[in-house]
Amino acid sequence: MSRRARVVLFALVAPVFSVLFVLAARGLPSFGSDFHPYGDRAVTVATVQRASANVVSSVNFDQRAVDTLGEEFILFGSVIGTVVLLRPSPEEREIGHPEEGRVLPTTRLAGYLLLPVSVLVGCYVIAHGQLSPGGGFQGGVVLATGWHLLYVAGRYAALRRAVPQTVLEVIESLAVAAFVALGVAGLGLGGGFLANMLPTGSLGALLSGGTVPVINAAIGVAVAAAVVLLLAAFLEQTIILRRADHQDPP
Amino acid sequence: MMLVIVLALGLVALTGAVVVLTRDPAQQAVTLSVFGLTLTILFVTVQAPDVALSQLAIGTAVVPLMIMLTIRKVGGRR
Repeated sequence: MSRRARVVLFALVAPVFSVLFVLAARGLPSFGSDFHPYGDRAVTVATVQRASANVVSSVNFDQRAVDTLGEEFILFGSVIGTVVLLRPSPEEREIGHPEEGRVLPTTRLAGYLLLPVSVLVGCYVIAHGQLSPGGGFQGGVVLATGWHLLYVAGRYAALRRAVPQTVLEVIESLAVAAFVALGVAGLGLGGGFLANMLPTGSLGALLSGGTVPVINAAIGVAVAAAVVLLLAAFLEQTIILRRADHQDPP
Repeated sequence: MMLVIVLALGLVALTGAVVVLTRDPAQQAVTLSVFGLTLTILFVTVQAPDVALSQLAIGTAVVPLMIMLTIRKVGGRR
């Protein structure tokens, strides 16, 4: 599309969109008001009935768990798509000794020091999803990015050897399957798909909220494996794979 | 509190414009990361810490890294 055509299209659409947007937003309750009919109900169900101190987690993994299952499959699907798209093509080959980038000693030290810290933070965020902000998704991403501190420290070869890609693929699939299995268990024991069928415990205890911490754990593993697989697909392309006719500069 | 929210929103608008006006993709990855950080601050000020955590992990770390790696791979073929 030419620049002129784009400007004309924008000039036509922008006024219509702005008028409709303003009209649509006029019906909203004003910002910061205390009228929250859905919020009040969600908070009551989460804290009084299901003993889940973090209401957001209760909505994500209990009251609207089916939505989260859908999101989990979006991530699963995009990881499969990325891994398929970025697979080595016939004219690419692995280079025997990937270049070790020059890493400052301080960067290396920071990587080694922060690796255990971020793994601990990741596990903490996953385990406390029902109590404090965070949960499986956030914790899983922290775990996966923390794991890549090894790459920042210049040890990509070690990172690659430690957990092979096939193992990650199996872990990822099992974790997603566990989420679905919890849903089916809810259908059998609680009378609905992903129904909260476990005892809820007392508000604020580490094991509270019924199925919320269990689903959080499954999602934490699934997301961590998914992000590592995703970044591995990109890292392999950048660091390991070269075209067969490629000559390394002398 | 309202002032803090307006400030955070202004910061998001400012860094968002900087991302759009950055022409070089490699530099854009860095400005995108800063934009992600300002969005995180905005989410914290409107009391959405769960979303802020997701934004911090995905928007300031994973996405810029993926862009950098892609640029390096594609740039090497030119």
